[in-house]
Amino acid sequence: MSNLSSFSRAQSLGLLARAPAERLAALFPEAAAHTVLRGPETGAVMVRGRQGGTGAPFNLGEMTVTRCSVRLACGTDGHAYVQGRDKAHARRAAVLDALLQTAEAARLTAGVLAPLAAEETARRATRAAKAAATKVEFFTLVRGED
Amino acid sequence: MYVAVKGGERAIDNAHAFLAEERRGDPTVPDLSIAQIRAQMALAVNRVMAEGSLYDPDLAALAIKQARGDLIEAIFLIRAYRTTLPRLGHSNPVDTGAMAAVRRISATYKDLPGGQVLGPTFDYTHRLIDFALAAEGDAPEAPRAAPLGPVPRVTGFLDREGLIEDEPASDTPPRDLTREPMELPADRALRLQALTRGDEGFILSLAYSSQRGYGRTHPFVGELRIGEVAVEMDIPELGFAIEIGEITVTECETVNQFTGSKTQPAQFTRGYGLVFGQTERKAISMSLVDRALRWAELGEENTGAPVQDQEFVLMHADNIQATGFLEHIKLPHYVDFQSELELVRALRSGLREAAE
Repeated sequence: MSNLSSFSRAQSLGLLARAPAERLAALFPEAAAHTVLRGPETGAVMVRGRQGGTGAPFNLGEMTVTRCSVRLACGTDGHAYVQGRDKAHARRAAVLDALLQTAEAARLTAGVLAPLAAEETARRATRAAKAAATKVEFFTLVRGED
Repeated sequence: MYVAVKGGERAIDNAHAFLAEERRGDPTVPDLSIAQIRAQMALAVNRVMAEGSLYDPDLAALAIKQARGDLIEAIFLIRAYRTTLPRLGHSNPVDTGAMAAVRRISATYKDLPGGQVLGPTFDYTHRLIDFALAAEGDAPEAPRAAPLGPVPRVTGFLDREGLIEDEPASDTPPRDLTREPMELPADRALRLQALTRGDEGFILSLAYSSQRGYGRTHPFVGELRIGEVAVEMDIPELGFAIEIGEITVTECETVNQFTGSKTQPAQFTRGYGLVFGQTERKAISMSLVDRALRWAELGEENTGAPVQDQEFVLMHADNIQATGFLEHIKLPHYVDFQSELELVRALRSGLREAAE
């Protein structure tokens, strides 16, 4: 995500799903008035891979996922699917998804999504930098008489 | 045959209380936290997730604690738990080509785009016990370097030249052995599902047997990569796909000896391994076994090697099925045994009478 000031709905839902639950709770402690339409409910999603990485799909195994759907007082619906079993995380993400479709969007993008995206980018960059330091730099020894 | 026997209730309750106390161990030693197991026993957690066939590191860490470190028992707990979960759907196939790799090596090319990236590996360690770890202390921070560019697939290089068999993409929904009983012969998708959740020791030994000559496949590790991939799923209520999380996986692609004929040019063949978590030994083993099981479609000879026998491999790879059947023999078999005892006595007395 190069642009930290605007996110598509799919991008924000992905970001909310990947965010550490406690960090999301710290950035968005408020509970906007909402009714729960479904869940929060924990279940399993079958993760698929591809044969040879690029071929026909196969079932790799399941992962735990918690989903939640909410409706704000204004009638806007929000949905979330987040990895793991944290029901508060899923509910918070669903409320945020709904609020991001209202006039609150700009404030929440700046206050919640942007910091989450920046922290995720930093986390990934750190890991990538540590991996990069383990890259082998080959050099060839000179052999023979000349 | 089993007979209901009453009277064990108090003994069982007390045995469980004893187990709980033994699990906790010496109370003067601090209790292990789930976070500690998750962070510091990460490879055990990975194995439990892979063979439990459920990606959830916290749950796997808890299962390891409950099972006192018995990983097959922990896998059993995870398998039992997953049966209580409703299936919310399936993901789109993960794109391992877009993996944020922390390790990526190739045994077939020295200098390749993206390079040889060792990552957090045991390779090149001296396998000497490090007594410094017995003393508490923080590890020094790992060095960093400028991030690397993209890491293209090694088999992609060969594919472009037509030197390796094609792996045509499709969107055929795969059969799922957790939803229907395994039927033989199993197609490759079903075999890969059984192998990725199969027992690491069993898959390793089968792979090793193939290297030693029981169904040889001549593998090279074309590429091994470990890292995080996004998991994306179509959400019906939204009408589009979103990322629902990220998982660490290990992928191994082997490049193996040829197919070809007078009319068809020779090509390398493929073996594939993909496993939850950092599980390198398992992923390599899986790719060897996958390749060996493909003997029929590649027109190879069935030498009768165990690794070529789908029924042998697939019906014995699951350590929970194996444990269940194995351990049931310790349950009361009093009546079965009585009948055999009587039979032996009758045979002996028959022999005695004949001798007299």
